[in-house]
Amino acid sequence: MTLLEVENLDVHHGQLHAVRGFSLAVDPGATVAVIGANGAGKSTLMRAIAGSHLPTAGAIRLDGKDITRLPAHRRVAQGICLVPEGRRLFKSLSVQENLETGAYRAGTGPWNVNAVMELFPWMRERARQNSASLSGGQQQAVAIGRALVANPKVLLIDELSLGLAPAVVKQMYALLPRIVERGTAVLLVEQDVSQALAAADLVHCLLEGRTVLTGSPHDLTSAQVEQAYFGLAHAGGGPEGN
Amino acid sequence: MDLLNTLVQGLMLGGLYALFAAGLSIMFGVMRMVNLAHGDLAVVAAYLVLVLLGGTMFPLWLVVVVTLPLFAVIGYGIHRSLFSRSLKAGPLSTLLVTFGLSIIIQNGLLEGFSADTRTIDMGVLNTGAFHLNNQLSISYLGLLTLVLAVAVIAGVQLFLSRTRTGKMMRAVSDDADTASLVGANSKHLYAIATAIAFGTVALAGIMSGARSSFDPSIGPAQLIFAFEAVVIGGLGSLWGTLAGGAVLGLTQAFAAHLDPSLTILAGHLVFLAVLAFRPQGLIPQRTV
Repeated sequence: MTLLEVENLDVHHGQLHAVRGFSLAVDPGATVAVIGANGAGKSTLMRAIAGSHLPTAGAIRLDGKDITRLPAHRRVAQGICLVPEGRRLFKSLSVQENLETGAYRAGTGPWNVNAVMELFPWMRERARQNSASLSGGQQQAVAIGRALVANPKVLLIDELSLGLAPAVVKQMYALLPRIVERGTAVLLVEQDVSQALAAADLVHCLLEGRTVLTGSPHDLTSAQVEQAYFGLAHAGGGPEGN
Repeated sequence: MDLLNTLVQGLMLGGLYALFAAGLSIMFGVMRMVNLAHGDLAVVAAYLVLVLLGGTMFPLWLVVVVTLPLFAVIGYGIHRSLFSRSLKAGPLSTLLVTFGLSIIIQNGLLEGFSADTRTIDMGVLNTGAFHLNNQLSISYLGLLTLVLAVAVIAGVQLFLSRTRTGKMMRAVSDDADTASLVGANSKHLYAIATAIAFGTVALAGIMSGARSSFDPSIGPAQLIFAFEAVVIGGLGSLWGTLAGGAVLGLTQAFAAHLDPSLTILAGHLVFLAVLAFRPQGLIPQRTV
C-alpha cells in the first residue's frame, strides 16, 4: 500500500502558482527524489506536504488518511517530519536539546536521541555545545537527527546538499540507506541532480511547478534529465552532442 | 550601620520589583510581547484576594493558593482568545490590545470597588520584623517577597532549561515555524508562558497589596517599575530581571536615604543611564 500519496496538488505562494497539479506516491521503504532548478517549486511542495503551507487544491494522504488540512504540528504525530531548507536549528538550544525537541510529539519506532548519536558519534562530545557553533555539515546532521527522533514514517528532506562541501554531501547521502533500512521512507528535494539520482528509487523532475519527467533513475538517460531540469524544448528525438 | 539598613531595605524593595517584572520578562523573552496591562492585572489579583477574604471563611494562605492558579488559567484563556490573535497582527496591535485591556480593568475596578485605597491584611506579616539591633530590622513581608522573587525566577529558569515543555517554549521562541515541524503548537506554548506570567504577577500584586495601599489606578505605576527592572537587567533575561529589580530598589533606597523627594527620580535616572550607556542591560539574553 502507498504510504504517502499526493494527488493533483496546487499550491500558491502569494500570487505565484508554485505547484501545479502535482502527484506523487511514496511506498514504505522507498527513497523518492524531486529534482528541479531553483524556483521550480520544490520547497513549496515540501512545505505543503509538511503542513507549513496549505495547498489551494488537491489532496495529501498518509496511510490512506486525508491530512491535506491538518496543521503542521499535528502531522508530526501522524508520521511526517520535514528537515527544512537551511537546517534551521534552534539557536539558543544545545545540540542535545535540539535533538530532544524531535521527541516532543514523536511516534514509536527505532529512533531516539541515543540512536541518532550512534549514527553520528561526534555528537556525543558536542552534545552540550550551542548548535550555532557547528559546521554546516554538522548542523545538517543535527537537523536530520532532530527529525529522525520524531520517528516519522516519511522523512522529508529539503535540499540536503545546500551550502555543503561536496565531500560532506557525499557523507550525508551515504547515510540515507542506513535510515531507510530502519523502515523510514525518504522524500527529498534536491538541486544536486547526480546525488539525487544515485540515492533515489524514483525521481520526479519538477519544472515551474509541474512534473515534466518521472521514472526510475536506471531508466532515465542523462539527456532526458538535463532537458527536463532546464526546460529545454523537445526537438524530436533528443539533443545532439554535448 | 545606617548604610547597611538602607542596603537591606533596598534589596527587599528590589525583590518586589523583580517579582513584578518576572512575568513581563517571561512574556517578552518567549514571544517578544509587551503587556501594558501587566500592572493592572496585579491590582486585580489584590482585589480578588480582598473579595475572597471578605466573602469566604478561607484563611489567607488558602486564598492565595486559589488565586494564583486561577490567574494562570485566566492567562491561558486570555492568550488563546485575545493575545494570540493580536500577536498575529503584529507588535503594534498587541500594544493597543493590552493598552485597551489596561483601561478596561482600571475602569472596571473603579466601578466595582470605588477609588478608596485598600490594603491586604496579612496579620503579623504586615507589621512583624526581625529586629537585629536598633538600626537594622528586616520585615517579614519584605524578606518573604525577596525570597519569593528569587524562587519564582529560579523556578521559571529551571522550567525553561530542564522540562520538555520549557525546552519547546525556547524552541518556539527561536523559530516558531520550524518548531511546528517537530510538533510544537506555538499558540499552546505561548499561552503557557502567559499563564506563568499571570500567576507570577498575581503573586506580585498580592505581596504589594500587603506592603502598601492600592487603588484601581496604580497599575500603570507598577508597570513602569517592572518595565525598568526588565530593561536595566537586559530584555528577555530572567536573572537579569532579578538584578534589574535589585538595582532599581537599591537606587531608590539610597536616594531616599539622601533625600526622600529624590526616591522615584533616582530610579528613573538609573534606568535612563542604562538605556544610554548599556542598552543591552546588565545581563543580556544569550544570543549566538
